[in-house]
Amino acid sequence: MRLIWGFLSGVLFGVGLLLSGMANPAKVLNFLDLFGTWDPSLIFVMGGASVVTFIGYRLVWKRPAPVLDTAFQVPNSRVIDRPLLIGSALFGIGWGIGGFCPGPAWTAVTFGAPGTYVFLGSMLVGIFGGRYLKQNLTATPSAC
Amino acid sequence: MDLGVETAFTPWASLFGGVLLGISSVMVMALFGRIAGIIGITSGAMNRASDQDWRWAFVAGMVLAPLGYSAVVGWPEQTVSGNLPAMVVAGLLVGAGTIMGSGCTSGHGICGLARLSPRSLAAVLTFMVAGFVTVFLLRHVF
Repeated sequence: MRLIWGFLSGVLFGVGLLLSGMANPAKVLNFLDLFGTWDPSLIFVMGGASVVTFIGYRLVWKRPAPVLDTAFQVPNSRVIDRPLLIGSALFGIGWGIGGFCPGPAWTAVTFGAPGTYVFLGSMLVGIFGGRYLKQNLTATPSAC
Repeated sequence: MDLGVETAFTPWASLFGGVLLGISSVMVMALFGRIAGIIGITSGAMNRASDQDWRWAFVAGMVLAPLGYSAVVGWPEQTVSGNLPAMVVAGLLVGAGTIMGSGCTSGHGICGLARLSPRSLAAVLTFMVAGFVTVFLLRHVF
């Protein structure tokens, strides 16, 4: 059951990325290009996604526990610290270079572009680098 | 690294796609009690975590989604840079930065903002500004 529902959630996420245009780096880069070929579509992606999630979370949290696991695990840190800001800045730079964030990089795999494979492989390597950097820049509880 | 491709403004498709992302995020919370942050799901899948199972299934779903999508809607537009050294740098920065910052566009952007988390708001503003500045420099300065 966990595998089937995990898979279906992933398919839905992937279809959302494709339909919204997030899986196309050219569209993402145009969103980030405020003073050039600006494409504001991604505002609508973030708007639709966060409003639905805001409402849905509040309905879901009325249950005592998730359906296929024992407890809700929601980060509760409210501290805005150095790793959060430095990490997010590094991410933003990489996002602006490649036009991919983590989800679209997975969903782009079947399109077969060499740039996608190079990006995804480097991202997986980068995860280990990020763990090292985070541990060596004051330890904070992991958010997600 | 100018891709030089104009893209059409697609408010409705983007809004509806965003709604699907939201529904998927709510499903992950309802089913597994977790934040649907893709870097977190990916990173956790590579650990020997007890909940590795659904994480790999989720990733498989994301990877295979275009096959179903293309059969119904058609193969979507996609332009990926062929500048491979730049993509190496981009991938390393995105992987390391999102782990260090505890979240990406989905974890902080969708789930964090929906939780009204001040950390996530700070993260989103930071990576947005960094993205705007980076694209400005790459397309209009260098």
